[in-house]
Amino acid sequence: MIPIDHILEFARPLAEAAAITIFVSVGAFGLALALGLSLAVLRDFHPVAIIRWLVQVYVEIFRNIPSLTHLFLLFFGLAYVGVRLSSIAASILGLGLIGAASLSEVFRASFESIHHGQRESSLAVGLTPSQAFRTIILPQAWRVALPPIGNYAVQLIKDTSLVAAIAAPEIMFTARNLVVNTFETTLVYTLAALLYLAICLPLSRVIRHLEVKSATPR
Amino acid sequence: MNILGVAAQLISKRTVLLPSNTLLTVTDLHKSFGTLQVLKGISFSVKRGEKVVIIGPSGSGKSTCLRAINYLEAPSSGVIDLSGIRIGERQTSSGDWKRMSDAELAPQRAQIGMVFQLFYLWPHLTVRDNVALQPQKVAGMNKQDAYRLADEMLAKVHLSDKADEYPERLSGGQQQRVAIARALAQQPKLLLFDEPTSALDPELVGEVLGVIHELADEGRSMILVTHEIKFAREVADRIIFMDGGVIIEEGSPRSLLDKPRNPRLKQFLRQINSSGTSS
Repeated sequence: MIPIDHILEFARPLAEAAAITIFVSVGAFGLALALGLSLAVLRDFHPVAIIRWLVQVYVEIFRNIPSLTHLFLLFFGLAYVGVRLSSIAASILGLGLIGAASLSEVFRASFESIHHGQRESSLAVGLTPSQAFRTIILPQAWRVALPPIGNYAVQLIKDTSLVAAIAAPEIMFTARNLVVNTFETTLVYTLAALLYLAICLPLSRVIRHLEVKSATPR
Repeated sequence: MNILGVAAQLISKRTVLLPSNTLLTVTDLHKSFGTLQVLKGISFSVKRGEKVVIIGPSGSGKSTCLRAINYLEAPSSGVIDLSGIRIGERQTSSGDWKRMSDAELAPQRAQIGMVFQLFYLWPHLTVRDNVALQPQKVAGMNKQDAYRLADEMLAKVHLSDKADEYPERLSGGQQQRVAIARALAQQPKLLLFDEPTSALDPELVGEVLGVIHELADEGRSMILVTHEIKFAREVADRIIFMDGGVIIEEGSPRSLLDKPRNPRLKQFLRQINSSGTSS
């Protein structure tokens, strides 16, 4: 028997929670993409060695410390020294900063996959290095980077469940509250699982479509 | 004004006029990769409209020499002068010459067209966009004018029908002709060809050499590194033979190919002839 009345009761809070999950994901993804690309460019092309080294330090710090630790540091740690972030702001910032470290490595790998001759022929016709990067290297690297960026996006949505730990009212946080109040453990977590599926599956489809569309035309 | 004064003036005018016939002067070019000395003091010049072919065994430094002219390979020392302008170096207020950055070099490189052995076309752009990109981004033409120029250049290399294709759909010979059109669209003072047919299947070599031949007949200034000795004989005003990072012998095709004096050149020509690359 399906407990329709319970489902209806849970639908509204879970839908609101899903909106928060999506909001945090989109915010973190935007930050990770913009910062990740900037970090990759700095790491590979900045003339000052210390800057390149600092980027490397950044990447190592975020790759080698668990996400949850970063989130706690941002939320509780900063609050302790007087900087109070809302749980949602801390979530977006934390996941975005972590994502930037991984995406910067994705972008770097994609730059390196482009044959050095592409840059040579760009410079030879008289493009400046930044023009060569923008018009020749990046558009090609983007195609290489797209599949891992897509994987990252799906992974990110799943990872937003972590921010339940800093009380951001996303799907898992809300689900746990509902369970605590109603003891409908199986039903609530099944609904949560279906919600994640409903968000991630269409996204995977869109990514696949983009990959096909941006593949080298033949 | 006395006669001496007039004569002095004439002479000074003459000295001003004389170098204008010279397009490129390369002076004492050295290049080392680590401890390996690839160029050990190369000097030569190219006159306006002159076709210079550089030949030599692999590892002789001929490609490095060509790539040093537009500073894709910055020389360790030496001076490159293109119609009175020093390439790759600028004078500081204290009078020293300082290496330019790639960004500073860009307008200088724009004046020199370069064709690579492996084409290096841009695969994400159509053939027309490959050719029109430089006029748009560097010369600052609007899209319409750049496309018109691109189509003109593609007609020159007999590829008008491929303008909307992507490079990967073309044969090697066609790709190299697009690369030539791309270099021509720069409206360069000088064209550099770095073994333009070495990566091509034998049956595709002819179409590329044909196009280069037509450009040579137009009176364009060019330096060509090649193993195609027969072609060198047809188009070159002058042939330079390099070996071991130095110029061993240079002269007209007839004198250099038919009456080689240097034993290394004689040996090189014998090897080329017996391996059949010259046919």
